[in-house]
Parts: sequence; C-alpha cells; structure tokens
Amino acid sequence: MEQKSNITHEYLRHHKKFPNVWCPGCGIGIAMGAMIRAIDDLGLARDDVAIVSGIGCTARIPVYLDFNTLHTTHGRPLAFATGVKMANQKLKVIVISGDGDLLAIGGNHFIHAARRNMDITCILVNNYIYGMTGGQYSPTTPFSKIGTTAPYGMVEQAFDPVALGKSAGATFIARGTVYHASQLSRLMAQAISKKGFSLVEVISNCHTQYGRLNREGSAVKMIMWQKEHSVSVTAAEKMTPEQLEGKFVTGVLHDMEKPEYLEEYQKIIDRVSIVTEEQEEEKSVAEAGPGDKD
Amino acid sequence: MNTVAAIAKRRKLYKANIPQLLQGNEACAYGALAVGCMFFAGYPITPSTEIAEILARNLPRVGGHFIQMEDVIASIAAVIGASVAGAKAMTATSGPGFSLMQENLGYAYMAEVPCVVIDVQRGGPSTGLPTKVSQADTMQAKWGTHGDYNPIVLAPSSVKECFDLTVKAFNLSEYYRSPVIILSDEVLGHMREVVKLPDPGELEIKTVKTPVEPPEWYKHFEITPDYLSPMASFGHGYRFHLTGLTHDEYGFPTAKREEIHQKLEKLRLKIARHIDDISDVLVDQMDDAHIMIFAYGSSARAAKQAIDMARKRRFKVGLVQPRTLWPFPDKIVRKQLENVDMVLVPELNQGQIIGEIRRLSDRHIKVVGLNRFDGELITPQQIVDKLKEERP
Repeated sequence: MEQKSNITHEYLRHHKKFPNVWCPGCGIGIAMGAMIRAIDDLGLARDDVAIVSGIGCTARIPVYLDFNTLHTTHGRPLAFATGVKMANQKLKVIVISGDGDLLAIGGNHFIHAARRNMDITCILVNNYIYGMTGGQYSPTTPFSKIGTTAPYGMVEQAFDPVALGKSAGATFIARGTVYHASQLSRLMAQAISKKGFSLVEVISNCHTQYGRLNREGSAVKMIMWQKEHSVSVTAAEKMTPEQLEGKFVTGVLHDMEKPEYLEEYQKIIDRVSIVTEEQEEEKSVAEAGPGDKD
Repeated sequence: MNTVAAIAKRRKLYKANIPQLLQGNEACAYGALAVGCMFFAGYPITPSTEIAEILARNLPRVGGHFIQMEDVIASIAAVIGASVAGAKAMTATSGPGFSLMQENLGYAYMAEVPCVVIDVQRGGPSTGLPTKVSQADTMQAKWGTHGDYNPIVLAPSSVKECFDLTVKAFNLSEYYRSPVIILSDEVLGHMREVVKLPDPGELEIKTVKTPVEPPEWYKHFEITPDYLSPMASFGHGYRFHLTGLTHDEYGFPTAKREEIHQKLEKLRLKIARHIDDISDVLVDQMDDAHIMIFAYGSSARAAKQAIDMARKRRFKVGLVQPRTLWPFPDKIVRKQLENVDMVLVPELNQGQIIGEIRRLSDRHIKVVGLNRFDGELITPQQIVDKLKEERP
C-alpha cells in the first residue's frame, strides 16, 4: 500500500501551487489516487493520456496531474473530449467530473457520448450534491434528502448513472466506492482498457455539504456507510430485490462489444480517401514487387 | 499538414482557377478545406447547414474528421478540443446557435485556442427568420460572451470573399491563438456567383508558432514581447494545463492580483498591438468624397452599386467597407472621416455598427443610419433615395 501511495506522488505537478481545493476527508482525492494507480498499472505514457473535466470539486482534479489536462466549461467535458480524441487518436482520453457536471448541465452530452461509443472513459464521481457551490441538490440527490435548494427535502427522483449509461449505450460500466480504493483502481483500469465508451461511477462522500445537511456525520462515518451499503456484483446475484433495498451494487455491471466510433470512421476514411497520382505510383511500384528474377 | 501530399489531396476537392457557379456556403467550406481544416463539428441549422454537409462529405476524403454533435454547445466544445489536440478546426451555425456558443467562445478566447466559427446570420431575435437575411449579430459577435473580450470578426460581402475570408480566418486564428468569427448571412450563404477559386498550393497559410524549447521550460501562455505565445498540442511531450479560470503563464489557476492583470492585459494587447496587421478595410472612391458610405457584408454590395448611381447624380460619395469588423479599424476609419461631412451606414439591423462611427465622428459630421430589418436586402435605390433625402 505504501509503495502504491508513492506512485501517486510521482504523477503530481510539483510546481503547481498546493494545497488542493478539497476539504480534509474528501473522497475525491481517493478517486484521483485510484485513477493514477490505474494509469500506472496499465503502463500508459504520460504524454499519451489526456484528462478532461468540467466544473466542480471533482473537475479540479486535472490541474494537479502531470498529463495533458483540460479543465473545460460546466457540463461540457465529454464534448471537449470528443474533439480531443478525434483529433489525436493516440491519446487515452479520460473524463473525470461530478454528478452535477455530467448528469445535469452535461446530461445531454453524457447520453450521446454513451450512444456514440467513441473510445473515451468517463469517471463520474457521485457525491449526491453540488459541493463547490455550497450544497444544492443534484440529479443524484436521493428522494427526501436535504440540499440547500431542497430545504424541506428532495421531491424529485434521482438518476441512477449506471442505468442511464446502460440504456444510452455505454459498452462498459462499473461502480466502485472510495472506501474500496484498490478495487476502484482495478475497475478504472478495466474501463480505460475497454475499446469504446466506458463509465465508472465512483460513490464518494461530501461530508461538508451533503453529510452536514443530512446529518450523516464525519468523513469517516460517510465512507463507512459506503462499506456497509455496497454489495459486490457476485453477492448481489444471490440476493433478492428485498435484500438489495437501500444497497448499491459494485463491480463490473455491464460489459459488451459494439463497433467503436473511430474504428468505423476510419473505415470510411480508408474507403473514400483521395489517392493522389504520387501515391498511385508508389502503390504500383510496391505491388510490382522487387522484380522478376529471370 | 501542409506537405506536398496533403496539398495534392486538397487540390482534388474543388476546381481551382476556372470560373464556376458557387454559393457562399460552398465557398466557405472549400476555403476551409483549402487552408487545411481537418475537423468540423456542427449541428444542423438554417441557413448554415450546407457548410456542414460539404465538410461531412469531404473531410474524410483528406483524412480529416466530421462529426454532428448532439447540440450547438457540444459542437464548439468539440472544435476547441480538436484544436487543443492539434487539428485546424471549425464550426458553422446561425443566430440561435451562435448565442449558444458564446460561453465556449469565451473559453477559447481565455485559453487562447485557435478556432473558426462561421455565423450565417438570419433574422432574430430568438428563432426569428430562419430563411431570411439579417446583419443583427454584429454586436453579439463583439460582446456575446461575458467578460472583457476582443474577438476577431470578419465580414465577407461576396462568394469570393466567403472563400478568401475563411482562409484568412484560419490564418488569423492560428497566428493570434484566438477564436475568429465570420459573419456571413443568409443571402451570401445561398446566393450563387461566378467565382474563380485559387489553388490550395498558392495560398498563404499561417500556422501557430510551436515551442522550440524543451518541455520543462515550456510555458503555454508565456508573455512574449509581441504577446503571442508558442502553442504545443496534446500528445507531443508538452504536458500543459488548460482552464477557463484566470491563469498564470503555465496555465494554472491564479488569484494573484498581478497575474490576473497580466493575463487580461495580454489578451487585450495581443489584438490591440497588432490591429494594423489584422485590419482589412476596402476603401473605394473616397479621394474626392464628401459623403462616406460605411457598409459591410451584404449591405456593402448594395452600397457599391448605389455609389455608381449616386455619382451620376453628382453626389461625391465613396465607400469604406471593413472586411474585419472587430477589432474595429479605428485608425483607418478616422482617417477616412477627415474629409467628409456625412456618413451613411446601411445595415440589416436597427443600428449596430453605426455606434462605432458616431464614436469616431466629430460633431460636424452628420451620421445617418439606413436600417432594414424586414428580412430583405437593402437595395441600391434605397441608398440613393436616402442620400437624396439627407442631401436634397
């Protein structure tokens, strides 16, 4: 564990003005560490990784990391990432942002990125609230819970990001928690390796806003809540819906194959690409081979 | 991407050096292809859609990429993303879409990302007149995003200028690391004219300055004597950070007063200090003129004919036509104002650019607007009638 922690330090930008923006005990740092370890485990070169985020607490992750980093506008990281990936396909493009950014203002981009199936990994850190702006309810705030803009309790229904991603067409979906940090790292590595649109939902804690408003206690208590309420996908298979009530399932929840956007687009390029006279000449020379031996 | 092979490919996309009948939208698309645009993200909107359709067909033919995004905001976002990753990138839209792009245009300006946006203007406000002409986005182009903002905005008035100014837009965008907006309009976009387009190999193509220093010395927003910083792209060893937050020379967010001031001044000065190089104003028959017609875009076409008609009636009238609307070419216009006592400003809106003329005019100069906003063009006769009315 200790050695792994040091690995995260190697990927930080040391000339960046620390400390970071997050509250002590915030789960976002754990999610960031898990992502770094996943990238390190996969042996990806830093130059070949682009991290894209939107606006919010989670979206501050890229600035600290020694990759190609793009901190965009609110809700739009997946749209920016689409352009980045198309213009330089060598890049592993990872979007990491929060529930408000990706599912509210960025909800349209989220479902269409999943539908399109371009090779992008989306890490959605879900802390059930808008933390940076001070505790307003988000699309994942559970029914009846308190936010500063839902002072009498949430009357809207919440999104399940996993179900949303699945119905929109994502080819790989996993869920982890910041309590299960090493599992989270493995899930992220699997998602990054998946050719196609992959989604990892990270259950995190915002004790400063969500926890305080809903009397859920300290950071430690909220992270322990994740342990107590998560059920692994294998264990969940043996449980009844009644037993699963109030729990959430973690692990790889969906994995399927579909044609990847850029591979399909490349086929079009190969088919319609203009062949210049010079290329035709080269081709005919190559096809003729080194010549007959007679 | 200006290798011999790349140019040889682009040469096959359109017919160069022979007269042909083309729409403004087609000319914009061919201009983009000729100058090496390799990425287009767009969303269908009348009257700009032909640009997207032509690029959807032609970009894969040269190894580039086209994508139709889920909305207009995503289109400009993807364009900026592609530019950050090294592609010359563009989108096209019309008024409602242009409104939706404003936030991310501010991002491109702040993060100094080159990109080109063509706004084929239609009548507004709101959904307005999708199939009718207008020049009512003149001020939106200048002030659309929040915060102090100094965009470069070009205004073509013919099909040929649609081609030429699209090429120019990419060059300016790359050179100044700034978004560049082209204000076309519905009539220009759909009107067909006989034009001769230049060969892609003959075009002057400017690309963004790239860093020569090793990555560890590189500052993505370095303050240089000319305020233009070299630009690396993602994936080439220079691992920089981009943000819309006010940032230091490395791109990291800052709250230090002196760094905030320095950044915002850099953005202003990189345009202001180069305004003479950016400005492109056509001046016609102004040598002996007492009356200036200040007209841009489609209205300049009517003005040209109106001047010939008015001169036959012994009106000493000339034309000043800014092809760069913003930054406003103060110096050139001020010089032309020296010898006139009246300025007529025909515009397809309720009076937008006329404010700039009033700002630069002494009290003795009469500044008159001729405004039409019923979805039709101003005619040369209307301009002549207005001259007669003001100068009986």
